[in-house]
Amino acid sequence: MEITELTVKEIVEKIKKKEIGVKETVLAYLKNIEDKDNNIKAFLSINNEEALIKAEELDKENEKNGQIFGIPVAIKDNINVYGTETTAGSKILKGYISPYDATVVKKIKEQNGITIGKTNCDEFAMGSSTENSAFFNTKNPVNTDYVPGGSSGGSAASVAANEAAAAFGSDTGGSIREPAGFCGIVGLKPTYGRVSRYGLIAFGSSLDVIGPLAKNVEDAAILTNVIAGFDHKDETTANLPVENYTDFLKRGIKGKKLGVIKEINDFKIQDEVSITLKEAINKLEIQGCEIEEVSIPHLKYALPTYYLVAPSEASSNLSRFDGVRYGLQGCGDNLRDFYEDTRTKGFGREVKRRILIGTFALSEGYFDEYYLKASKVRRLIAMDFEKAFEKVDALILPTTATTAFKFNEKKNPLEMYMSDIFTIPMNLAGIPAISIPFGKDNKGLPIGIQIVGKWFEEGEIFQISYALEQSKES
Amino acid sequence: MYKPTIGLEIHIQLMTETKIFCGCSTEFARVPNTNICPVCIGLPGALPVLNEKVVEYGVKLGIALKASINRFSSFYRKNYFYPDLPKGYQITQYAIPIAKGGYLEIGPAHQNRAGSQKKKIRIEKAHIEEDSGKSIHMGDITESEFSLIDFNRSGIPLLEIVTLPDIETPDEAYDFLILLRSIVRYIGVSMGDMEKGAMRCDVNISVSKDETMGTKVEIKNLNSFRSVKRALEYEIERQIGALKKGERIVQETRHFDEKEDTTKPMRTKEELNDYRYFPEPDLPPLVISDEFIENIKNTIPELPNTKEERYIKEFEISSDYARTIAYHPKLAEYFENIVKYVGIKMAKDVANFIMVDLSAYLNETKKEIDKIDFTKEKFKELLDLIDNKTISRNIAKEVINESLRTGKTPSEIVSKKGCTQITDEDGIKKLVIEVLNENETQVKQYLSGETKVIGFLVGQTMKKSKGKANPELVNRILYNELENLRK
Repeated sequence: MEITELTVKEIVEKIKKKEIGVKETVLAYLKNIEDKDNNIKAFLSINNEEALIKAEELDKENEKNGQIFGIPVAIKDNINVYGTETTAGSKILKGYISPYDATVVKKIKEQNGITIGKTNCDEFAMGSSTENSAFFNTKNPVNTDYVPGGSSGGSAASVAANEAAAAFGSDTGGSIREPAGFCGIVGLKPTYGRVSRYGLIAFGSSLDVIGPLAKNVEDAAILTNVIAGFDHKDETTANLPVENYTDFLKRGIKGKKLGVIKEINDFKIQDEVSITLKEAINKLEIQGCEIEEVSIPHLKYALPTYYLVAPSEASSNLSRFDGVRYGLQGCGDNLRDFYEDTRTKGFGREVKRRILIGTFALSEGYFDEYYLKASKVRRLIAMDFEKAFEKVDALILPTTATTAFKFNEKKNPLEMYMSDIFTIPMNLAGIPAISIPFGKDNKGLPIGIQIVGKWFEEGEIFQISYALEQSKES
Repeated sequence: MYKPTIGLEIHIQLMTETKIFCGCSTEFARVPNTNICPVCIGLPGALPVLNEKVVEYGVKLGIALKASINRFSSFYRKNYFYPDLPKGYQITQYAIPIAKGGYLEIGPAHQNRAGSQKKKIRIEKAHIEEDSGKSIHMGDITESEFSLIDFNRSGIPLLEIVTLPDIETPDEAYDFLILLRSIVRYIGVSMGDMEKGAMRCDVNISVSKDETMGTKVEIKNLNSFRSVKRALEYEIERQIGALKKGERIVQETRHFDEKEDTTKPMRTKEELNDYRYFPEPDLPPLVISDEFIENIKNTIPELPNTKEERYIKEFEISSDYARTIAYHPKLAEYFENIVKYVGIKMAKDVANFIMVDLSAYLNETKKEIDKIDFTKEKFKELLDLIDNKTISRNIAKEVINESLRTGKTPSEIVSKKGCTQITDEDGIKKLVIEVLNENETQVKQYLSGETKVIGFLVGQTMKKSKGKANPELVNRILYNELENLRK
């Protein structure tokens, strides 16, 4: 078996046993990138020189310490990596070299992971197909006629194409889970506040979370171990102890109560997805899970709520891209013209659309009606989940209503927004959710199943999703 | 009769060691853009972390203003574009400030000034926010070819205090501001210098004949306490003049012109600003415990207006001196220390020597009172020398001066210089007789009833003694001798 086909866990074991070298590993991935990425286009930039230097250093170490020792990981381009170009998929940051590491990157480096490159994404993580990248489209490695999902499409594709052993992305409304689902890999959106956002270029600050994309649940658990925890640089991180997530995997799920959300039937779901969900539920029941129907009455308001909260925050977060200190600089005879030129040239259509929506929703006279009302509905949605979790340990639902779509298939923004109806509610509530591949549709496109847990109970969803993953093989 | 209504908005730079949301130093740096980091220049991905010291200082000032401290307050984003605002928004408190209500009591000094009885100026609220960077233009902003930005100031913590419109005269505004400056210095939260921008003030002013409020005008660019007073004086005159002519006051922001002592409409177009305030998602609500507040309460010293009153009542010193000493934390500490040592009865003398002789020396040498070596022991020695008539008050001034410069004690100086007061009556009598002989004209004048000339003769005698003669004795002996001549 090729190194690049191995899991994170397997590679670390082999390196620690000195069966393979770190440099050998990195070279294997770089070779794969060279061979495939002209077609897949997962990466915006490759960090090959630095990666090889680091690999040589690690090979010299006698003590092979670190949970991801020598693992080449891909980083979504909206996460700052010191000394590398960090664009967030936007022209406005083309050529911007970050002067610092995001806390997550710092933690990856502390565990001796190797950042092999920066992956393509929808501009400022706004999108569900990576088609909103200012640079190019990324293809779905499963079938290159299809989108990889988004916004962490590059990260998902890099793992699915074995161009990286694992990757990190960000999830504001489904941006890890949806591409993981489309590309047939595992993706976790941790609880809001479990992972530091310091160094993640903000989109919707109250929704954004960094999480792993990996080949399987165990790898996702290892990567979550690496990045989770309180950060004094991010006041929204929780000062709660981090459990060892890999400990949960093999505990079994006998007696676990799993909720099925009644209201998802109000949405149009692709037949094969519905069938696959039933199969998954069936597999879990066989293993001793109890299934119960629960209600999230405000589910149908999640999408409109999200499209007020997220753009409002985004409109403010993106104000710093003004051409004054860094990034693309426009021109103009006066300040106003200068700003206008910079931002007209620098931002793409979708980003502009959301800035407009957000600016409007926060405007005097509209704030109460839009932003404030959305914040209240958001609270109601969170309370719905709270209530559901009084009855069950976790929830199960599809990651998306359909499998991956083709390029240019969703021309209407609203249609595109609909791709996230099953992932957005968890961001609004701040709860953790994992997408794992379970079956394929008749076109051979992967179907993602989502397990949703209580706040800070990532362990629980690793436990259940691991059981589900194992049941596939049985 | 037109009556002005004045409200103040004051920004106070809090002198924490580090900035409000990052670890950068707040110390003044000569080189621009040296105290900066990803957070305070708004790099992509950076996040704010609230400095606890800022909360402490905010609470401290809130308590000093007798405001109520909100146990729960929150931060908002105030969105607007300007090159010196790196994130495109300012993090500030909006809906719930850290402190609300409270007041400052101005007066009772300058009792000769009309309307200067004690008066409460109510505070509406005080809230925490971050300062912006500083734009530097080449000359006038409208003509500058380019602008530079220094982000060293970006993220310096500010406390904004908004008063209710209780102020009715420019003098009251001035009194309020100098009291506030003194308070921030006493509690150690700010330097309070307006000239250095540590305290900045915008004023709102309207005038009206009756109970209805007039049209409000805001004045900016007030860089000194004097500017605030002058701008208000000018603006009141301007508004009353306009109203008398039947003109309407335009609601606008005006700019104070320091050179001309006038206010002018801002040249920049007044745009209707919509700041799109919304809760700052990067910062959790600020929760302050009762214990935190209690601990801070115990650190607040006696405040200057209380001190001032006490000095006047207990020490019977003049209101001008009482204010000057009381409002200056180090001066007050020095003063009280001396008075405690030499006794309350001497307080008036101590105040006089401090205000006249020590102040002159401090001004001349640009030293601070805590950097001089005129100890309480030396002060007592000096006062004792006067009390037992060894030296006159005039000589005492010289002694202080020399002691300050050389570090010698007053008795050392007096004995060495031989400037001990001449108190032996025979010696003085000899001098008096000499003076009487030399000034026959004045003696005649005296004898013919112009007794005022005795002053001149006293002066001549003192001159002859080189100031060493005890003036009381000179007076008495001269009088006796003159009256003898009459016989």
